[in-house]
Amino acid sequence: MASLIACPHCGPRPKEEFTVKGDAAIVRPAPDAGEDAWYAYVYLRDNPRGRHKEYWHHTSGCRRWLVVERDTMTHIVYAITDASAPGETA
Amino acid sequence: MRYSAFSVFLNALRGNKGWRPAWRSPVPKNHYDVVIIGGGGHGLATAYYLAKEFGVTNVAVLEKGYIGSGNVGRNTTIIRSNYLLQGNNPFYELSMKLWEGLEQDFNFNAMVSQRGVLNLYHSDAQRDAYTRRGNAMRLHGVDADLLDRNAVRQMLPFLDFDNARFPIQGALMQKRGGTVRHDAVAWGYARGADMRGVDIIQNCEVTGIRRENGRVVGVETSQGFIGCGKLALAAAGNSTTVADMVDMKLPIESHVLQAFVSEGLKPFIDNVVTFGAGHFYVSQSDKGGLVFGGDIDGYNSYAQRGNLATVEHVAEAGVAMIPALSRVRVLRSWGGVMDMSMDGSPIIDRTHIDNLYLNAGWCYGGFKATPASGFCYAHLIARNEPHETGRAFRLDRFARGRMIDEKGVGSQPNLH
Repeated sequence: MASLIACPHCGPRPKEEFTVKGDAAIVRPAPDAGEDAWYAYVYLRDNPRGRHKEYWHHTSGCRRWLVVERDTMTHIVYAITDASAPGETA
Repeated sequence: MRYSAFSVFLNALRGNKGWRPAWRSPVPKNHYDVVIIGGGGHGLATAYYLAKEFGVTNVAVLEKGYIGSGNVGRNTTIIRSNYLLQGNNPFYELSMKLWEGLEQDFNFNAMVSQRGVLNLYHSDAQRDAYTRRGNAMRLHGVDADLLDRNAVRQMLPFLDFDNARFPIQGALMQKRGGTVRHDAVAWGYARGADMRGVDIIQNCEVTGIRRENGRVVGVETSQGFIGCGKLALAAAGNSTTVADMVDMKLPIESHVLQAFVSEGLKPFIDNVVTFGAGHFYVSQSDKGGLVFGGDIDGYNSYAQRGNLATVEHVAEAGVAMIPALSRVRVLRSWGGVMDMSMDGSPIIDRTHIDNLYLNAGWCYGGFKATPASGFCYAHLIARNEPHETGRAFRLDRFARGRMIDEKGVGSQPNLH
């Protein structure tokens, strides 16, 4: 894993400042969406060997939620955007 | 060939020319009754018990690398059955009982060493939690002893008892816990399975699973198509990759866990000791190296290597527990890919496909479970019903709200 994460707000910061939340593809279902949808939301995750988008929280920095796109095999970081950027959140 | 002191003696007299490879390197047959994907500890143990206990010998174990190249050769070799929860405790105790008879059972020296596992506690609250766990263990017939500060001091005088922030108050000890030589576990199970007719096929990566009429008929591999009556997954950190081949989404994330070994030292730590104020566990190998580890790195990874920040964190926890470690040099570190489940407990179950079975989600506790996992999985595959101690490890427990969350942190795999 890269030792530095380029936060769009703070610049390159040590990885230890961040908290990894995981899979950014999951979408919170409607309250009445049914058990299957809620099971999938709470327990099922994309877990690809390769490119993966994840939520990272800059806990010890700007405290913004970010979407980090990286490769789980090579640990290369491709892109880091704020989670509120268009197209990044559900 | 049966290994014994006599066979060692006889072979020595004959110039050690009589030793044969411990298992064959067969060309895969066209069809097997059972194909197991994954030649790690669990896959090999499953094949061994299928052949030995359940009479299923037309079995192939497919391993994409070589035997012992995955987590079975990458862990910190600790065995214990000091679990709190109902679903876990009898299962891990079955594993401990199998460890205790394993070497005689598979005729291989696995260096099973019941040197005792001590979990240190540093506060009144933690003592109460450990008391509860120790009582739960005893109610299940597992040995547990609560040690006070003086008892621990007599055993491990070099711990930092008066650490200003995390003073050591005592420990929960399981005397029957200890260590096992992990490579020998892989080799012993491989040899025992091979002797009973199981084909162990190394360097054979599964690239696809062929289905007809809703059933699995075989697997596409780097060595061609191999047909099977039943297919059993035991792919550990790569479980998701294999499950994707049958469009099965798992409640699992793959994470990297690092482990470390120091330079060789004179006998120093007699037991397995874990730090209660951070995550650090250490034992000393027979070569003298301290074998230790800590938390997973915390991000999804298939890379079998970790980050320096975690190395630093583990070292800090170690020095907080044993100040003398600050002068010890680390010889090696390495990483393994953990199949972290959403409640920290494993899955041994049938799937939505009739003849497809799943064994996954071992988080970073899979090594100690190897014998029981193999036994229960073999039972499930051979009889199509779960073994009584493995009944709780169902795939649908998440949907049904029956999590086995030993740590109580919820569905966040990097916290288990």
